[in-house]
Amino acid sequence: MSTPIAPIPPQATPATSLLKTLGLVSTVCGLIIVGAYQGTYDAAAANRRLALERTVFKVVPAAKSMTEWQATPQGIRPAGGEAVAGAVKFYVAYDAAGDLAGIAAEGAAKGYADTVRILYGYSPACQCITGFGLVSSKETPGIGDKIVTDKAFLANFAALDVKLNAELSALANEVRAVKHGSKANPWEIDAIAGATVTSRAVGKAINDSAQRLLPRLVPEIEKLRKKES
Amino acid sequence: MSEIAQARTFDEFMEGIWRQNPVFVMVLGMCPVLAVSVSAVNALSMGLATMFVLVCSCGLVSLIRKIVPKEVRIATYIVIIATFVTVVDYVIQAVSLEIYEALGAFIQLIVVNCIILGRAEAHASKHPPLTAMVNAMGMSIGFVIGLFALGAVREVLGAGTLFGFSLFGPNFQPWVVMVLPPGGFIVLGGWLLLFSALKRRKEVRLAAQGGGHGA
Repeated sequence: MSTPIAPIPPQATPATSLLKTLGLVSTVCGLIIVGAYQGTYDAAAANRRLALERTVFKVVPAAKSMTEWQATPQGIRPAGGEAVAGAVKFYVAYDAAGDLAGIAAEGAAKGYADTVRILYGYSPACQCITGFGLVSSKETPGIGDKIVTDKAFLANFAALDVKLNAELSALANEVRAVKHGSKANPWEIDAIAGATVTSRAVGKAINDSAQRLLPRLVPEIEKLRKKES
Repeated sequence: MSEIAQARTFDEFMEGIWRQNPVFVMVLGMCPVLAVSVSAVNALSMGLATMFVLVCSCGLVSLIRKIVPKEVRIATYIVIIATFVTVVDYVIQAVSLEIYEALGAFIQLIVVNCIILGRAEAHASKHPPLTAMVNAMGMSIGFVIGLFALGAVREVLGAGTLFGFSLFGPNFQPWVVMVLPPGGFIVLGGWLLLFSALKRRKEVRLAAQGGGHGA
């Protein structure tokens, strides 16, 4: 019977050498990441701003420039400065002459696949929604994504009624999507047959956002009539 | 460079494109392949992003291969890969937000793409930087070809367009399932079928040739 040969214990790598290697690699990688972040920051920020402007100008077609505002419980004020809890962000769009062209704001609601985020245009003149655009959605191609291509559905947003009640505390009528073919009032959205869940999400997104924003915005709308130079 | 060395470098390069194609032969990195190949543009952007990460990390891994103790090599490789993924993430945001939105989480998920860690561990950690990068380049081109083959077929069938240009006119009724997840599996299955049929034909031919000499 042969005795098994004891395996030669492997040479242990000293801890300092492990730490040195890891430290060196992390430092080099850290420098690369910070360099890339610094180098792309301006271009990425400009890209985000452009994308936002494009969507705002789409929902407020007459718009030529825009400024960012927030509606706080104490009133509206230009965005920037310290963040206020419960503030709703919105965008004020002006036409070429510097007159108020419309308001755009973001809304979000759970759709079929994920949260559907939209940007809608509000016209103070008719107190109605005049259009909406998608910010992000993962709805089913060919079904849920019809909300931006279906002409009959988009016709709902030619003048969707969002008048406030007499006390200016909430919308006079809740905006909601109704079953395809049963729209009877100007504040209802005729859903796309087969894409009811996504249509409802658009309705809910507009309603939730408008209920929060418009009671704060409408009483002070005069502040926004002219673009500040 | 001598002729032998040149031939070897070319061999390293071609390995990933054809003989060891990551998508059609090794069937690696299927998660991004199936998920983002809904259109030719998405497939190409994902392929190029992966290419950048693969080539840069293989180069760096190979450069430090002699100073990295084997106990910490996986941690080191992952840190290096994650670094280049972060870089590519920032660069895509700066280039196009649309592509960034379309690729979504799959850019960050390049970190765990097994082609990259596999190449770092199996090849780059054992070869000098130039060879490692040439091999990585070949692998990435193979990956881009694989992704593009899926993305183009799925876009043409599922949307009737290629690179956003309409191919069949307004009366085309898109085959929507092709841009949904099942379409990815169907098209991948079709390509795998084609490749194994080619491989089989080659084997049969070789056997017929070899039959004359042996046995």
